[in-house]
Amino acid sequence: MRAGVIVFPGSNCDRDLAVALERAGASVSMVWHKDSRLPDGLDLVAIPGGFSFGDYLRCGAIAAQSPISKAVVKHANSGGYVIGICNGFQVLTETGLLPGALMRNAGLKFLCKPVGLRVETSDSAFTSGYSAGQTVQFPVAHHDGNYTADAELLKRLNGEDRVAFRYVNNPNGSSDDIAGVLSKNRRVLGLMPHPERAVDGAHGGVDGGGMFASLVNVMQSA
Amino acid sequence: MSDPKITEDLIAAHGLAPDEYAEIIRLLNREPTYTELGIFSAMWNEHCSYKSSKKWLRTLPTTGPQVICGPGENAGIVDIGDGQCVVFKMESHNHPSYIEPYQGAATGMGGILRDVFTMGARPIAAMNSLSFGEPDHPKTRQLVNGVVDGIGGYGNCFGVPTIGGEVRFHPAYNGNCLVNAFAAGLADTDKIFYSAASGIGMPVVYLGAKTGRDGVGGATMASAEFDENIEEKRPTVQVGDPFTEKRLMEATLELMATGAVISIQDMGAAGLTCSAVEMGDKGNLGIRLNLNDVPVREVAMTAYEMMLSESQERMLMVLNPALEAEAKAVFEKWDLDFAIVGETIAEDRFLIYHNDRVMADLPLTKLAGSAPEYDRPWVKTPAAPELQPVPGVDPVDGLRALISSPNYAAKQWVYQQYDTQVMADTVVAPGIGAGIVRVHGTPKMLAFTSDVTPRYVKANPVEGGKQAVAEAYRNLTAVGATPLATTDNLNFGNPEKPEIMGQFVGAIQGIGAAVSALNMPIVSGNVSLYNETDGTGILPTPTIGAVGLINSADDLIAGQARDGHIALLIGETHGHLGQSALLAEVFNREDGDAPAVDLTAEKNNGDFIRANHSLITACCDLSDGGLALAAFEMAENAGVGVTLNSDDTPTLFGEDQGRYLIACDFDQAEALMVAAGAAGVPIETVGQFGGDQVKFGASSAPIGELSTLFRSAFAQSVT
Repeated sequence: MRAGVIVFPGSNCDRDLAVALERAGASVSMVWHKDSRLPDGLDLVAIPGGFSFGDYLRCGAIAAQSPISKAVVKHANSGGYVIGICNGFQVLTETGLLPGALMRNAGLKFLCKPVGLRVETSDSAFTSGYSAGQTVQFPVAHHDGNYTADAELLKRLNGEDRVAFRYVNNPNGSSDDIAGVLSKNRRVLGLMPHPERAVDGAHGGVDGGGMFASLVNVMQSA
Repeated sequence: MSDPKITEDLIAAHGLAPDEYAEIIRLLNREPTYTELGIFSAMWNEHCSYKSSKKWLRTLPTTGPQVICGPGENAGIVDIGDGQCVVFKMESHNHPSYIEPYQGAATGMGGILRDVFTMGARPIAAMNSLSFGEPDHPKTRQLVNGVVDGIGGYGNCFGVPTIGGEVRFHPAYNGNCLVNAFAAGLADTDKIFYSAASGIGMPVVYLGAKTGRDGVGGATMASAEFDENIEEKRPTVQVGDPFTEKRLMEATLELMATGAVISIQDMGAAGLTCSAVEMGDKGNLGIRLNLNDVPVREVAMTAYEMMLSESQERMLMVLNPALEAEAKAVFEKWDLDFAIVGETIAEDRFLIYHNDRVMADLPLTKLAGSAPEYDRPWVKTPAAPELQPVPGVDPVDGLRALISSPNYAAKQWVYQQYDTQVMADTVVAPGIGAGIVRVHGTPKMLAFTSDVTPRYVKANPVEGGKQAVAEAYRNLTAVGATPLATTDNLNFGNPEKPEIMGQFVGAIQGIGAAVSALNMPIVSGNVSLYNETDGTGILPTPTIGAVGLINSADDLIAGQARDGHIALLIGETHGHLGQSALLAEVFNREDGDAPAVDLTAEKNNGDFIRANHSLITACCDLSDGGLALAAFEMAENAGVGVTLNSDDTPTLFGEDQGRYLIACDFDQAEALMVAAGAAGVPIETVGQFGGDQVKFGASSAPIGELSTLFRSAFAQSVT
């Protein structure tokens, strides 16, 4: 699998994400935000966590307007795979590739801790390594992770089986306990928790490894 | 616009004493200009000049085979083998944080991170030692919430994991909170950058954010006591921008890799003045600056304002002119300012031009080196009165009193607001004991801790100073680390009072003796004096930040107590209750002497733990709250019960030093007993882990109930 990790000036989980992808067997290139095109032949675009442009106003809003984001949208619209984690999820909602918005945590404070997640669907390249209903533990680390969607959108997400992960104990006030959502074609995933911080027993557990292994498997057999 | 006339009032407002002003006249043979007066005040205030503390700081042990660079640079540097080194320092931002908690704490983080990456190191860990007034004081909640939010806001965005620290409450901090920020970074030993300029006619380059009027006079403010007019000081606090800092770090490290940097210095306290003078002084060169080339974000800034601004996220460097284009390209890539603002000159002058006029023309060496140095009068702290009788307590009730106090309750309310895992190398996140991060891509790990027990230092500065170091040593030892070196952040009251100066001198003596005996030299540090409001000083608080090395996961002690584990106590128990946590929290008393520190026993016991790490599943040092609190914390952390055989108050809650509690299985315990006998290290079985109760003698309570109390008390106190 060839993956490209997007680097905004304020990204700070870019290295962590590259390490996790490489650990699963992917070959990774880092892609600078001022580039207007992606490297050729990428199977996956990965948008890491951090504070893309400081995010003093709406998280991810400026990043969504950067040259590389236009290329990412094009990649997604032509059926490419994209994952956005934490700030990457915020960027994906700002580009419109994923619906909904990420508002300030209900508790108003930054929150960093391991949380339990329920895998809601195994029907995606990101989650095929898990079984639906399985509980996994990933860390969260965010100030604005409160996924907000209106009733109509929630109905659509549920009806189309597009909720990838739900919190076991909702830490941030997200609508319907949603931690991660898929695009309509199931090839774009955004999630607030950090699977890349859970690929190593010495660091944050190993439950996130399943996601990267699943991606590598799907891409190799494709 | 004409400069104000220099009057006695103006001199006093710059924090300069009449004899200090007389010295300026003597050095210059004339009256200084207004800009020059500002420059002297920036260089000669306590914060920048260490004028009250220098004499005593010189006595601290600062060398050792592991030390690459001791105090005097932006941060200390210690060898960790394989061509790598750890670069670290701790620095206070007390005064700004009390005036404006969010920005004060945020820019404290910013400053310490800059100190580390200025030397060529990528920051890999941060800690914070925080001291607040009593929880019910009207200002405390706002300060706790603001400071924690500010540290998180800056560190989380910058992208450094916060992996440890301390939070304490005491009425002595009601009018003066302490915010001591620590940062450590990793560098290659052959790619370290220093501040000494070299070469004549070399371009002096300004990097980073633009200069504004924020923080003008900040260092002078930080060198004065507070009074009721404190609100007027708010404009002297700087505003932090962690996004710019992150870019500045990336750009600086990238720039260093091009070979374009001859020397570099961050702009911290006293901004452009301090950084330029330091680079010139260390390189025996003069500096000429043209302020019209300084990137500014406000119109009509005067030379005085530009020289004294403490706008954040700025650096000054001496550039290899052959690589100017490459250097500029790096800063353009990161959208940061890059401007040549002056040059190094052969003459010993600090020459400042603005609008084609000479605004300052000062002898640079004298400006840097002639800062007054005081041998302040001091009196030895009198021996603490003997401890009055301490009534026995029901042991579990005593424990309840401790764990429901925000001083000893779990601090997850704080740590969850910090990103503790970014960089994906955190092995042990903040909780009990030292935090640990991996040295990225190697089997090695670094352990970090910050410690001090201010009650002890007040009662007995010498033993209290030793104890702060000894506790740091034990916290590193308890995870299997070999202590390497320390940084000290010395927070005291007004040094012009002989009894305060006596606390300072005593603490330095104790710290010096301990770092020498335990082989953990001081490689960097910071002194914060005048922590007084309306004449009342803080508890003397010499915070010790310490770093230890773990060579591989084999040496790490990071297991958990399990059902059936034996509880073994290393070290001698005498039941010292003077100045103990139990005395303070249960009886509201602070009497008796601080516990004595036997440095030989500390060393022997620590070496014993390291030598026998493979027999130890979990280990915790004994400090505040003694055996009872350590046993509870180990049990709570593991989710099992614990039984201690004793129900004797001094045995359970005494705070004798040099002790560790170990959890291990029966066979390991037997082997440890034999090894301890051979090594002459005191060891005894004090109980066992298991079940779902905390039992001290006949007194007991369910671990679940105590755990709930322990985990909810902090938030209840501060929200």
